[in-house]
Amino acid sequence: MKILVCISHVPDTTAKINFTNGDTEFDTNGVQFVINPNDEFGLTRAIWFKEKQGAHVTVVNVGGADTEATIRKALAIGADEAIRVNASPTDGFFVAKQLAEVVKAGNYDVVICGKESLDYNGGMVPGMLASLLGYNFVNSCVGAEIEGTKATLVREIDGGKETLTTDLPIVIGGQKGIVEEKDLRIPNMRGIMTARTKALNVMEPVAADAKTKAVKFEKPAPKSAVKLISPDNLDELINLLHNEAKVI
Amino acid sequence: MSVLIYTEFSEGKFKKVALELASYAKKVAESLGTTVTAVAVNAGDVSALGAYGVDKVLKVTDTKLDKFNAKAYADVVKQAAQKEGAKVVILSSTTDSLYMAPIVAVGLEAGYASNVVALPVSTNPFQVKRNAFSNKGFNITELTSDVKVIALAKNSFGLVEAQGAAAAEDFAVTLNDADFNIAIQSQDKTTGKVTIADAEIVVSGGRGLKGPENWGMIEELASVLGAATACSKPVSDLDWRPHSEHVGQTGKPVAANLYIAVGISGAIQHIAGINASKVKVVINTDPEAPFFKVADYGVVGDAFQIVPELITKLKEFKANNN
Repeated sequence: MKILVCISHVPDTTAKINFTNGDTEFDTNGVQFVINPNDEFGLTRAIWFKEKQGAHVTVVNVGGADTEATIRKALAIGADEAIRVNASPTDGFFVAKQLAEVVKAGNYDVVICGKESLDYNGGMVPGMLASLLGYNFVNSCVGAEIEGTKATLVREIDGGKETLTTDLPIVIGGQKGIVEEKDLRIPNMRGIMTARTKALNVMEPVAADAKTKAVKFEKPAPKSAVKLISPDNLDELINLLHNEAKVI
Repeated sequence: MSVLIYTEFSEGKFKKVALELASYAKKVAESLGTTVTAVAVNAGDVSALGAYGVDKVLKVTDTKLDKFNAKAYADVVKQAAQKEGAKVVILSSTTDSLYMAPIVAVGLEAGYASNVVALPVSTNPFQVKRNAFSNKGFNITELTSDVKVIALAKNSFGLVEAQGAAAAEDFAVTLNDADFNIAIQSQDKTTGKVTIADAEIVVSGGRGLKGPENWGMIEELASVLGAATACSKPVSDLDWRPHSEHVGQTGKPVAANLYIAVGISGAIQHIAGINASKVKVVINTDPEAPFFKVADYGVVGDAFQIVPELITKLKEFKANNN
């Protein structure tokens, strides 16, 4: 089993979000970057396949040289090797095109992506990649088993779960649940040391037309102050929810 | 040239998000000087769509499509868009629609923008405002492709009734075997309970509730309000409540009309996941809890006294207002 895990380099979930350059760019100043959490759940499942079933795990990121610390972290967690496609990931279709080239060149039969990145929240790369490759695709996976060329996936649906079976090759859109939070790994010193010697190959992008562009960013309007209601006056809360907010 | 929408039909009627989608598409179509066509799969009576601005409904009927299958459904939407010559295709933000949207986009060589929260900023060039950075920012995205696919964020537009009747038309689609490479083995769906995805009101509990044995009052409050129950991440990590109830940045997103947080301090990741909700109420003993900074209404005090009293008062309120 050859697994490719696609990772995004995103602001830490606690990061303050600001914009710069006339609100046309995300302000990276003072921001800590991490492996996109949805991708990290998938990466951890891939490492499980490596340890239990002998899979070979490659991680890939489309990004500039500044993402290499994030890629090294994925290697420290246990991926065997890494690829960085040297391009700015500005459009989901463009990124999917780059990843499709990597998949074809490396002949991967299992591709694991997070269902969405927590920066642009586009939620499109896994599905576009599967479509470009003609691979089977299951999104929002909270369970994944692979035996030979057969895959069994558990997908989250509105109000429950669904168990699906299909054949490789496959693109899996992962999220929390494909492994549990407690299964996530903090790289140990040995992992960090060996990560330094693992291959991180840089590939140049192929030509692909972007189909979208981010024109501008805005921050949400400042919130007006909370209205505090005394615990002795809950009738007032009901009154406000009914007559002011009109939600009950 | 019409604007095409995919309207989800379930348990004998169109989902509310489908009607919201119709309302939104009507306004988009007006600004483009065109009409709205909906495509619906195995739907019964489609007249409800006309009341929200749909001009024409393409009815696809096929037993192979009884259960959702992303690739096959994407094929349906693609063929409907091609038949109508649609330049703008709009989907909702249910799990199923978000699953198939990127497949539809590749099929139509279209650009795709998800999480759209308002009418287009401009239609030429085609620019939309979308939620990004987990509700911590907005992003104006321009779709530069000929055909555009967008997904409307849930509860971001609301329902707008229109005068009109939708003309229904049977629509035959060509499906191929490759569309059905993924087989559904089983489905495990909660029945008779409001789901977080569909809920207008969500009642959520945090670690302040001290233990799973104290969730009875959360469930009762939810039941009085016809709400779904949810929980914070620590609560699901501690296995007090099932993972399916975890809402927040790495859990389920919530875009309800009313979100009531009980005993949740309001970590930034939690807020990110629920901030698309319109009205937020916080009940917490700690007046310094960060949640009060983003809430609309707050009660500082002991949830174990406040919630039971609130339940009693809400029952009276409901009895007097029905």
